[in-house]
Amino acid sequence: MSKSAEEEHPQKAFGWAARDNSGILSPFRFSRRDNGEDDVTLKVLYCGVCHSDLHIARNDWGFTHYPVVPGHEIVGVATKVGKNVKKFKVGDRVGVGVMVGSCKTCECCQQDLENYCPRIIFTYNSHNPDGTRNYGGYSDMIVVDQRYVLRFPDNMPLDAGAPLLCAGITVYSPMKYYGMTEAGKHLGVAGLGGLGHVAVKIGKAFGLKVTVISSSPSKESEAINRLGADSFLVSSDPAKMKSAIGTMDYIIDTVSAVHPLLPLLSLLKVNGKLVTVGLPNKPLELPIFPLILGRKLVGGSDSGGMKETQEMLDFCAKHNIAADIELIRMDDINTAMERLTKSDVRYRFVIDVANSL
Amino acid sequence: MSAQEQHPKKAFGWAARDSYGVLSPFIFSRRATGENDVAFKVLYCGICHSDLHMIKNEWGQTVYPLVPGHEITGEVTDVGCKVKKFKVGDRVGVGCMVGSCHSCDDCNNNLENYCSGMILTYGAKYHDGTITYGGYSDIMVVDEHFIVRIPDNLPLDAAAPLLCAGITVYSPLRYYGLDKPGLHVGVVGLGGLGHVAIKFAKAMGVKVTVISTSPNKKKEAMENLGADSFLVSRDQDQLQAAMGTMDGIVDTVSAKHPLLPLLGLLKNHGKLVLLGAPEKPHELPVFPLLSGRKLVGGSGIGGMKETQEMIDFAAKHNVKPNIEVIPIDYVNSAMERLAKSDVKYRFVIDIGNTMKATS
Repeated sequence: MSKSAEEEHPQKAFGWAARDNSGILSPFRFSRRDNGEDDVTLKVLYCGVCHSDLHIARNDWGFTHYPVVPGHEIVGVATKVGKNVKKFKVGDRVGVGVMVGSCKTCECCQQDLENYCPRIIFTYNSHNPDGTRNYGGYSDMIVVDQRYVLRFPDNMPLDAGAPLLCAGITVYSPMKYYGMTEAGKHLGVAGLGGLGHVAVKIGKAFGLKVTVISSSPSKESEAINRLGADSFLVSSDPAKMKSAIGTMDYIIDTVSAVHPLLPLLSLLKVNGKLVTVGLPNKPLELPIFPLILGRKLVGGSDSGGMKETQEMLDFCAKHNIAADIELIRMDDINTAMERLTKSDVRYRFVIDVANSL
Repeated sequence: MSAQEQHPKKAFGWAARDSYGVLSPFIFSRRATGENDVAFKVLYCGICHSDLHMIKNEWGQTVYPLVPGHEITGEVTDVGCKVKKFKVGDRVGVGCMVGSCHSCDDCNNNLENYCSGMILTYGAKYHDGTITYGGYSDIMVVDEHFIVRIPDNLPLDAAAPLLCAGITVYSPLRYYGLDKPGLHVGVVGLGGLGHVAIKFAKAMGVKVTVISTSPNKKKEAMENLGADSFLVSRDQDQLQAAMGTMDGIVDTVSAKHPLLPLLGLLKNHGKLVLLGAPEKPHELPVFPLLSGRKLVGGSGIGGMKETQEMIDFAAKHNVKPNIEVIPIDYVNSAMERLAKSDVKYRFVIDIGNTMKATS
């Protein structure tokens, strides 16, 4: 007879889980493995609410196994470290992002690209090598192999820094990989949500001119005055879009709904690059002429490896970058998820786990 | 003014006069050799699939009468007083463009092909307001900047298709970094572009797999063109076995076709380069782009500096397109065969020997 979630492992754990595709979260008792010699145990202090958490809770992508405890923007303090762990000690401020395991031997893993390892183990909704399922950061504690634990810089606030563990690396990694960091160049950020607002801040830190491209004119003042964007382009205004044709070197497209690429491609200069980090649930229409006549490209990217995630955290700490958050209690999570479906948050909910679970 | 009277030099060529696309003799004129110009006697002109699209007005922008041809080779007959790089008797070529603005960022970066003021070799408005006529004609007069030298060891007939097909595949192999020895590149489509892509890639030390819907092209691809392997894209087993094995794919197919299988063939961080332009947009599945950090990019011909570099590379590595040389009066039959992809792999018109020269 298979064991229940509570009985699988020796350490008691408590969190909130979704049990079906209504996505409604409720208290859930389960268990975590003992702290192994390569492991770090964290007491969870904060956990960001990523839009992926919502998709998985509701089984939007069709691969959710219930019950699921979401959460992959986890910040806490180390309470145990295994005997092989040199990088962390008890009391350290640490973080865990979107992954907790990989094969460690393939080319991707050897090149610090664990996020592309074919045997990646995601922080939640994945299988562990022993066959048990794993549970994410909407919980009181988590046990993670040290390779997938990040050191949280001292001057970075724990709550506002949590979203960087997914949103931050998801925009930082493609900006580095696709060469979108040359000071003075012009970056467009399409979509102003969790990912987009962090992209604006990181873009400015790279010395780029940043234009936010959004369908909501009401976000302009916020984008410019609070986030530091240089300009704001209303994508539903044909005249404004026309005047911006061929002015951008790069675009990060954070929009996850299906949307036309042609207007965005037109904004790019020759050799321009459009990187998409949003995951629409249907294919997008790709017009070819702009690619051929302007040698433009559309690329994708998916979070980042552990080394690069640490680099991103250190970069953000150096440049005083953290997310703009709304701190919530655990029992507000379902209301927060509803608001998230309407993009009614500036710009990331973060659960005050330690004080409300 | 009529085409004959516009300019002082008599010229003769074959033109399409309406969207039926039938080509026939056409008397017109060329400008006098200006101080920066090179005039040359046309010896050969390749037939590019774009010529077929343009004579039938498939892209909706054709101005008739249209003298096509942008894979032109010949011998210099006259140079302007400021021309330094060429002299009478030199073997030269002209590709898809004969003008640009010379002052924008793209022109200054040797990317004249992306200049917004770029002037096409045929069917476009030149600086003087007249319409350009292409290489299905006896003489050309072109600004020195847009002329390339053809090295002696490259025959002028085989060199002609390099001026469009050649640069169209060479430029993205370089730009997208698919030119390093040991990489594995797929080539989709085995026509004018595709067969030259194989030859260039092999010359760069790249392993090449041809991806085609036609199993009967396999022998040709491997024995005549030097491809390392051949994948029938309709065969699910072959596709499955090749998943995640290619660093890049050069896609020369101009009809709309699914991109998902091609993205699946790429390794992580792989690059799909689209060179063919279907009439309708492609469908782009986003998940494989993200989960494998892959990209889809385009490319269109190349700048003049790179075109010369490509020609010199081809001469050094003996990259010669496979051609079928035809007399000018076969051109309409050739166009019909081209529409059915019935050519291995480029028609080249023997202008020098079969087009009546002006007296």
